[in-house]
Amino acid sequence: MSTAATTETKPAAPAIEKIKVKIDGREIEVPRLTADWSGKLTPTTMIQACELAKTDVPHYCYHPKLPVVGNCRMCLVEYGMPALGPDRKPVMNADGTPKIAKMPRPAIACATPLSPGMEIYTKTPAVKQMREGVLESLLINHPLDCPICDQAGECKLQEYSVDYGQSASRFVEAKVHKPKAVDLGPRIMLDAERCILCTRCIRFTRDIAKDDALGIINRGSYNTISTYPGMPFDNNYTLNTVDVCPVGALTSKDFRFQMRAWFLKETKSVCTSCATGCSILIGSREEKIYRYTPRDNDAVNASWMCDAGRLNYKWISREDRLKDVLVRGQKSTWPAALNELSDKLKKAPAGSVAIIASARQTNEELWLISKLKAKLGAISDSIPRVGEADKLLVSADKNPNTNGARLTGICFTEMGINLQKIADGIEQGKIKVLIVFGENIAKHGVSNDRLRERETISEVVDEHGLTPALLAKLETLVVSDIHANETTRLAHYVLPGCAHAEKRGTFTSGKGRVQKFMKAVEAPGDARAEWEFLHDLVHNVTGQNGFVTIEGLFNQMAREVPAFSGLTWAALGDTGVTVQI
Amino acid sequence: MAITVNRKKLNFWERLYLPAVVGGLKVTGRHLFRTLFGGKAVTMEYPEQKWTVPTGYRGAPYLVKDQDGDTKCVSCQLCEFVCPPKAIRITPPGTSGLKPDRDNAEKMPLEFEINMLRCIYCGFCQEVCPEEAIFLKQDWSHVGTNRAELIYNKEKLLSLGGAAPGIQKWKHKLEEARAQENFPVKV
Repeated sequence: MSTAATTETKPAAPAIEKIKVKIDGREIEVPRLTADWSGKLTPTTMIQACELAKTDVPHYCYHPKLPVVGNCRMCLVEYGMPALGPDRKPVMNADGTPKIAKMPRPAIACATPLSPGMEIYTKTPAVKQMREGVLESLLINHPLDCPICDQAGECKLQEYSVDYGQSASRFVEAKVHKPKAVDLGPRIMLDAERCILCTRCIRFTRDIAKDDALGIINRGSYNTISTYPGMPFDNNYTLNTVDVCPVGALTSKDFRFQMRAWFLKETKSVCTSCATGCSILIGSREEKIYRYTPRDNDAVNASWMCDAGRLNYKWISREDRLKDVLVRGQKSTWPAALNELSDKLKKAPAGSVAIIASARQTNEELWLISKLKAKLGAISDSIPRVGEADKLLVSADKNPNTNGARLTGICFTEMGINLQKIADGIEQGKIKVLIVFGENIAKHGVSNDRLRERETISEVVDEHGLTPALLAKLETLVVSDIHANETTRLAHYVLPGCAHAEKRGTFTSGKGRVQKFMKAVEAPGDARAEWEFLHDLVHNVTGQNGFVTIEGLFNQMAREVPAFSGLTWAALGDTGVTVQI
Repeated sequence: MAITVNRKKLNFWERLYLPAVVGGLKVTGRHLFRTLFGGKAVTMEYPEQKWTVPTGYRGAPYLVKDQDGDTKCVSCQLCEFVCPPKAIRITPPGTSGLKPDRDNAEKMPLEFEINMLRCIYCGFCQEVCPEEAIFLKQDWSHVGTNRAELIYNKEKLLSLGGAAPGIQKWKHKLEEARAQENFPVKV
């Protein structure tokens, strides 16, 4: 993990000297040094001070997580410094305050460091005029095709034009036309006419993704963002350039012309594609998910996420979702199936039950399963998924909640070592009941013809002896899953579950960050959140009552599981809390 | 707080109501007389004869085409957003979707539905449309035998809307861009 992507491993910040500056006549104290995009302490700039003072300074090229270049000129402000006399001593006013010498020229707030006593003016007529001028210049060759532009609604050019721009254009000449709908790479489309050449995308891919793929070609008003001829813009972080692009120049091919941004309901959630657990926003409308976008979380993913994780949402609305409760292949109802199942489990002798949970389940669900496990004296494990890691965000562990499974006692430090024991138990007839959650255990390894969207990045790579023939030996096979697969076809009880976007819960990331996620869409058919029916099942089997809300359940788990002690649902906040793992 | 409205106190004749009844019968009698002997009908044979609405009347919203017969709508969905009764529903084309019938517009709705049972003829859609692609026409009568029939789709809306010539900004942009492909650029 590079320092750019996370601040988690950083030591506590040393005490930084504070300096006093005035912003629009209001004095505030700001640290003399602030961490820049790479985490290095550099002198605090005007724009950072304005942000601390909650004063809006419009900007295009400046991005807090990217190097400063200062080329858009949108953040121009006027400023003044304490005047120095010939003796190099501050000149004082009659009332004893330092005399401020207003600088004759403005400065760009993003690249001008503060000095003590500085005064920044962001609301003067001159600043207003400069903003109007810069916007006018940026809009000279802008095509104004907002009705067909995917960025409309979240476009900085639109926002600042309303806030700071002029109402009418004075430009009567023909606009310079540049290439439209340029195929930059497999996931990115460029509209060069809309580009304002802020170079955020260039800096992101060069300095954060470490793939110096983009640059500016041609001269003057023909300046265009481009890749090297014949080299597609294709790394695992390309779609972040769409997020950092303040206008609609770079658009996602996946989201292109799918839905207008203002219709999307944004739900705070967590990416489940690997153990990193990037904070995301799920954009959905009318129970359909349209996109994932990264959400700022300095402890986990800064402002970024990988393309693979971002595009890994289509499985949620796939056709083969399980929608009905099935008991021995017949459609049933939740109460009937759960009652029958609870009776069966209550009668099961100790040691005759095995549980294979999934590290894609939430902490709460795994904890409820661990209660069931304790009551039934069951042997349990989970399925490991391993893939390739990279240096920025992607983890090798492809399960989002491996640590949750460990901390709740579902599996040991090394996941998957009990699977063979379970297989042997079934073989010998000792294990008669197998409960499986969210894992297609009948599948061996991965074969290409079985690769579907969900599996393309989350591969079941282990080999274990749980063959369909072996599963057929079981007296009772209980399977809860999201999609129909070989295991659900063999199951006696099929309990349709929910994707993370359809329920609430928490995951513990690979680094021990406990993050909560919210419900974005409704589950199809009879599918029900696992923690809800697990709560019923645990109540029926163990006789212990628990909380029926996710908040209560989490808080109860935090009291009972040592690793989560002291946590509460409310205290997790939007960005989560790191626990000792 | 309740407001008491002072009403005029009715006198004896007014409280009888008979003068008002007689007054109404006089109007009816006058129209009857005119129809029978004057040959001037005051009613309209409705389905055959239709009321002509004044200009500026806000009837049903329909989609229009430009002078080249191309769809004007670019599926920006502003009308869907602004529509107070949520009568409009647009399906955007998506990445691989429908190729628009105008070269430069890039985007055209895959489907455009207006539920005429929900529409309140407010005219917001016409007002908000940046492409001048939807207009409230003069139609005020919708007949259908079920609800589904009164959800008009893109094809129906376009055929009902007819043509509305406009400035054709996308075509103009395309021509401008093509002219610039050759140097020196002619402005």
